[in-house]
Amino acid sequence: MIKGLTTLGRYLSLMGQVFSKPERIKVYFKEFIREIATLGVDSIGIVVLISLFIGAVITIQIKLNIESPWMPRWTVGYVTREILVLEFSSSIMCLILAGKVGSNIASEIGTMRVTQQIDALEIMGVNSACYLILPKVLALMVFIPLLVTFGIIAGILGAYATCWFGGIMNATDLEAGLQYEFKEWYIWCSFIKSIFFAFIIASVSAYFGYTVKGGSNEVGKASTDSVVCCSVLILFADLVLTNLL
Amino acid sequence: MIEVKNLYKSFDSKDVLKDIDATFEDGKTNLIIGQSGSGKTVFMKCIVGLFEPDSGKLLYDGRDLLAMRKKEKKNLRKEIGMIFQNAALFDSMTTMENVMFPLQMFSKMTWREQMHRAMFCLDRVNLLDAKNKYPGEISGGMQKRVAIARAIALNPKYLFCDEPNSGLDPQTSLLIDELIHDITHEYNMTTIVNTHDMNSVMGIGEKIIYLYGGHKEWEGNKDEIFNVNNKKLNDFIFASDLFRKVKEVENQEEDEGKK
Repeated sequence: MIKGLTTLGRYLSLMGQVFSKPERIKVYFKEFIREIATLGVDSIGIVVLISLFIGAVITIQIKLNIESPWMPRWTVGYVTREILVLEFSSSIMCLILAGKVGSNIASEIGTMRVTQQIDALEIMGVNSACYLILPKVLALMVFIPLLVTFGIIAGILGAYATCWFGGIMNATDLEAGLQYEFKEWYIWCSFIKSIFFAFIIASVSAYFGYTVKGGSNEVGKASTDSVVCCSVLILFADLVLTNLL
Repeated sequence: MIEVKNLYKSFDSKDVLKDIDATFEDGKTNLIIGQSGSGKTVFMKCIVGLFEPDSGKLLYDGRDLLAMRKKEKKNLRKEIGMIFQNAALFDSMTTMENVMFPLQMFSKMTWREQMHRAMFCLDRVNLLDAKNKYPGEISGGMQKRVAIARAIALNPKYLFCDEPNSGLDPQTSLLIDELIHDITHEYNMTTIVNTHDMNSVMGIGEKIIYLYGGHKEWEGNKDEIFNVNNKKLNDFIFASDLFRKVKEVENQEEDEGKK
């Protein structure tokens, strides 16, 4: 309990340093753009690939397990859309990103810590926490709605692929289901949730990396711990946010 | 000038530095020597403010680092350059970008002026050819030279070098030592070098502080160090065969001279 509170205190203290005034906006903006490329653009591929397959699998599973003569033909499309928009594109996608992006952030910052690059920044008078973490947090928070959008579109394309190439069901029925009682708010819910998750992924991973002590073993451990911690926090936040929204 | 007064530092109730008094003068290469675990790195980290001492005073030209506010500390840091044991260059930047980084952060120079200054610093350490290479693409000695170029980019008043020769061959070590020595005199900096390399001691030790078990055991210069009657210091110096033999030859010559 005390250890947990100490960790929370350290995390909040680090966030206090992160959200302070940057020394030179121009340099930070350059880092922000670089992080958008590294954390965001480089993740598009995996997000699209996973969403494509998951969209297809969800459609097949629902078609096989839920559809019956008693249910309307649009049920498959409707349920697929709801799953993709409400949970998959935000929560599940962020769990996957916690593995890819989170471990990347923790190991990058952790390596900088053990090779004294962070000390070098501190000696120069740079707020190392702000310089290293703020651009990452902002970049992921800004870019994640785009990843969610890509995820939804790719998931729907995956669902269509089962009709076009697999002949699982009629594409017109799927389309009718996808459009049935569409609520725009659900897309916004997905965006809002993903922005919270992005903050968790970037800040928690950065915390684990920034507080590494020791050598390469500890960097590896920090990377693993950050993924586990981010995943648990995302699930918990998902529960809270789904209730609130 | 940097003055250290009654410095104490402990970790988990273990005293690492005990009552250290020292003065590091301008325009001189001041060396801190001692065995591994004697507290050299902790001492240097305390002086630059990476560790907070338990008690004592650290005066940078009369300004007490420990009594400074955050903003004052930040301003002081702009006057400090440091070369780390493993160079600590930023992996994601080229050598040129590494040298330009402090200029981009803290100078009011235009981009063109920053470029010129960075090129000048790289030229000073004879590394202009490697300006577009990443730290991973150059040798350890070259990385140290880039670290020196980065450290002097902002024209610092104080230069700290933490074991700048570790992991380098004797020739490259000599080159790094000469560079540090020349730069110190050229810019009249207060330079503090942390080392256990006796070649550096004999080469650039204008002022030497010997730490033993966390306290200052001896203070002097390279001309005095060979003739000191201090067993701990002698054990440290003459642990090397080469220096032991040099001393023996010296003693023999003295004896023959007396005869």
